[in-house]
Amino acid sequence: MRNILIVAGKEIQEGLRNRWVLATTLLLAGLALSLTFLGSAPTGNVGVRALDVVIVSLSSLTIFLLPLIALLISHDAIVGEMERGTMLLMLSYPIGRWQVMLGKFVGHVAILAFATVLGYGAAALALALTGAVVDAASWLAFASMIGSSILLGAIFIAIGYLVSALARDRGTAAGLAIGIWLLFVLIYDMALLGLLVVDQGKIISGGALNALLLLNPTDAYRLFNLTGFASVSTFAGMAGLAGTAGLGPRVLLATLAAWVFLPLALATFAFSRREL
Amino acid sequence: MTASINLQDVTRRFGAIEAVRAVSLALPPGETVALVGHNGAGKTTLMKLMLGLIHPTAGTVQVLGENPAAGQFAARRRLGYLPESVAFNTALTARETLAFYARLKREPVARMGDLLDRVGLGAAADRRVGTYSKGMRQRLGLAQALIGAPAVMLLDEPTTGLDPALRHSFYEIIQELRDRGATVLLSSHALTELEERAERVIIMNRGIMVANGSVDDLRRIACLPVRIRIAAPADSLAAIPEWVGPIGTCRRINGHVVEVQVGLEQKIEVLKRSVAHGTVDDLDIVPPTLDDLYAHFLMSQEMPA
Repeated sequence: MRNILIVAGKEIQEGLRNRWVLATTLLLAGLALSLTFLGSAPTGNVGVRALDVVIVSLSSLTIFLLPLIALLISHDAIVGEMERGTMLLMLSYPIGRWQVMLGKFVGHVAILAFATVLGYGAAALALALTGAVVDAASWLAFASMIGSSILLGAIFIAIGYLVSALARDRGTAAGLAIGIWLLFVLIYDMALLGLLVVDQGKIISGGALNALLLLNPTDAYRLFNLTGFASVSTFAGMAGLAGTAGLGPRVLLATLAAWVFLPLALATFAFSRREL
Repeated sequence: MTASINLQDVTRRFGAIEAVRAVSLALPPGETVALVGHNGAGKTTLMKLMLGLIHPTAGTVQVLGENPAAGQFAARRRLGYLPESVAFNTALTARETLAFYARLKREPVARMGDLLDRVGLGAAADRRVGTYSKGMRQRLGLAQALIGAPAVMLLDEPTTGLDPALRHSFYEIIQELRDRGATVLLSSHALTELEERAERVIIMNRGIMVANGSVDDLRRIACLPVRIRIAAPADSLAAIPEWVGPIGTCRRINGHVVEVQVGLEQKIEVLKRSVAHGTVDDLDIVPPTLDDLYAHFLMSQEMPA
């Protein structure tokens, strides 16, 4: 346990020194603030539900941005340290490979969590300061949006490690990471949509669709945030879907948790078998 | 006395290549051992096996009474390693880097300042490692290997990139460690440098250990000729082959120096004759160097008699 914290501490220290933390926080805060103030303009006087609109736009932003940031941080974690030669030295110390992996994970998730809480929190704070009235339900939805965003980041950090533990060199890892990002964030949904249009509801049942949605962590995240809270789903245009999706927040959260655990376990396994 | 490092019939294959072939050796505490061989001879592989970073294909490895690859880390806490071309994260300072490694070994971080002073990095301790020269990085590498007064030191090409003054202080530190009873294994290309420092020399060639013994032992085994350089006035130079001729082969170096190669046991005979002939200005005896021994053992493996 202590080794994990030591490695995590070093990752955070490096993140602070490399300005990764600063850059990520500023990026998320900047985008969140502009979405908060520009994004609510088209809806006119949104009044009471201002925060719910922010949740809808922020969660769409998150789906694009957080996986990208997470993969950028993580794809280099193993293969990069191996190529630079720093991994060889660290592993000659009394520390297990799984401890290195988990330590990095804790450190990177902490960096991402810090940036998300601060960046998105700034948007909510700014909104509150402008005098918009926000009720308790909306705060809860906002808090769970931040929480699930961190979870989504953790998923892609774990996937990035898996890529990093398997890839032969850094270039391959970077290419794979970009491919995975494109697949989950863009291609998968387009392909699924195309499939549904072609299928016309003949073969693909509701259950199969649910399974297909759960196979993509970004879809699980989207469903969790846009259908989980009644106040939000009306703005998201998902009110209809929310009633019929049949995927409760618990199932979605469990799916997201599994998406963290599985790649991380596979990455640890791959790393432990890798020759130095 | 139990050995700090014990290898029994260790073989390590990478695909079709046998990087290490049936190596057995035992290194006692308090001994400095030179590991010598070409690039790709298996030196680094041997060290990685001792560190437990890779598993042997066959045979057993024991370091400080423990199998280093078994996942038990008690021995690693008493082990220092300096990899060939050591690398650090460039964003952190030397002090931060050492603090990290000290924590992993559960050593007090406060003592790292002294360690940095000891390797001559005291003044640069709070600069980023990225701004360091190769020599400074090597010093930092040595500092991290010294954390916690290790009982076994594995140093892979430790003096490459160090200037002569630093080499000297480097070997002083090694000497201190050995006096305290540590086993120091160092690989190097600078053979002449190791000659006076290592009690034992292990020569590797293509994964096979071709020699293992003290420099004197190896000299005896190899029976390499001693070279005697005789300086004499130009006119009597031509006569030298006549009186040493029966013993060894002569080679003229320049206008007044002749080099004679003789067997170890005939050295005294040549000295006697030089004195008897009286025309000798000066005389140097050059015993076979580690370089010569190394070349000899490599040759004898290539062409088995």
